Amino acid sequence: MGERMEDKHQWPLYEVFIRARGGLDHKHVGSLHAADARMAIEHARDVYTRRQEGVSIWVVRSTDITASDPAEADSLFEPARDKVYRHPTFYEIPDEVKTL
Amino acid sequence: MYLVYHNSQSQQEASMYTQGLDAHGLEPSAPIDEGSLEQRFLERVDAEEKIEPKDWMPDRYRNTLIRQISQHAHSEIVGMLPEGNWITRAPTLLRKSILIAKVQDEAGHGAYLYSAAETLGVSRDQLVEQLLSGKAKYSSIFNYPTPTWADVGAIGWLVDGAAIMNQIPLCRCSYGPYARAMVRICREESFHQRQGFDLMLQLARGTPEQKRMAQEALNRWWWPALMMFGPPDAESTHSTDSQRWKIKRFSNDELREKFVDFTVPQAQFLGLTLPDPLLRWNEATQRHDFGPIDWNEFNQVLKGHGPCNAERLAARRAAHEEGAWVREAAMAYATKQQHREASIAA
Repeated sequence: MGERMEDKHQWPLYEVFIRARGGLDHKHVGSLHAADARMAIEHARDVYTRRQEGVSIWVVRSTDITASDPAEADSLFEPARDKVYRHPTFYEIPDEVKTL
Repeated sequence: MYLVYHNSQSQQEASMYTQGLDAHGLEPSAPIDEGSLEQRFLERVDAEEKIEPKDWMPDRYRNTLIRQISQHAHSEIVGMLPEGNWITRAPTLLRKSILIAKVQDEAGHGAYLYSAAETLGVSRDQLVEQLLSGKAKYSSIFNYPTPTWADVGAIGWLVDGAAIMNQIPLCRCSYGPYARAMVRICREESFHQRQGFDLMLQLARGTPEQKRMAQEALNRWWWPALMMFGPPDAESTHSTDSQRWKIKRFSNDELREKFVDFTVPQAQFLGLTLPDPLLRWNEATQRHDFGPIDWNEFNQVLKGHGPCNAERLAARRAAHEEGAWVREAAMAYATKQQHREASIAA
């Protein structure tokens, strides 16, 4: 991560999540710099919701997110690949059974 | 906005999701053969998969993106200046509101793009420093002045129109964060072009003086707008790699010709004349032929000798310096609040 901290005055980075409409999940929309979380919300309002794109905002410091490693995606997600019996379509239901 | 491709960007490491994410993260895995990684990378690009910040990518790809995205971001930020010049003098409250909204959008576009660039491991401060020191380039179009109100219309109609032509293919760019930023930007850019055309239409249908003002603004902006697509294909230094990596989907000349074809009927509708005596429909190619572009002027503006280069950079530097105490005070306040909350909790 090298040169990130060379300027101590740089405002920290926040990730922004927006709920587009009531009933939907908050979804990641991007990131921005702010001095603190409250300012991050205010900036997120101006940067990401100028056209009524949201009804609720979450912000979280980028450094507080831990992400999975794409290089390990195969081993991480492989165990789910051969478990077709977890899907309802795996089971063949006789035509006579109408309500299952 | 358009981006001028330029060389040199110090090499950055770190392929984080965002710049700060995972700072406490995982140990890097054992070194793997670069050749096979690059092969796999190219296969993913060919398959139209998106490359994401934590994915392996060649350094040249990373540096090309940092250069292009940051130049694009700088262009959005400097692009606020020529139009901002008219906010206090817009002729009606509605036009003033529209112009404020447009300039605010440009700031937003700059913010989306800086964030996208930061995912590649370069810091915001480094990017701002590169702009203010004159090391980084921005679109040469913003080094032209806006002497009349009609220039605001011409910018929206032509400059934002050309920008849209450039940007729509970038929505499918192979780098995920850039592509997503572009989708957001393109959604907003159409308003910019339409308000500009609407402004020109109002002037063109107005008094003879107003129509003349619109024509003169068109005369000023037409050729610089065509230059926004960058040097002719034969001289475009960065195109080959960019096209291989699916960062760039169409050549400069292809996009420029398309822009001319789109704009000619719009000018006809306005009753204005494009300032090019050689412009005519070519039945054989089914395109418009147009006169030679003065690339010497383009290169001069790019080198810093345009009408407003010094003024634009001076304005950005002043804004940055005069805002320094605000940024520092906000950070000091945030730190104080943190300590206060910590001591209450303790």
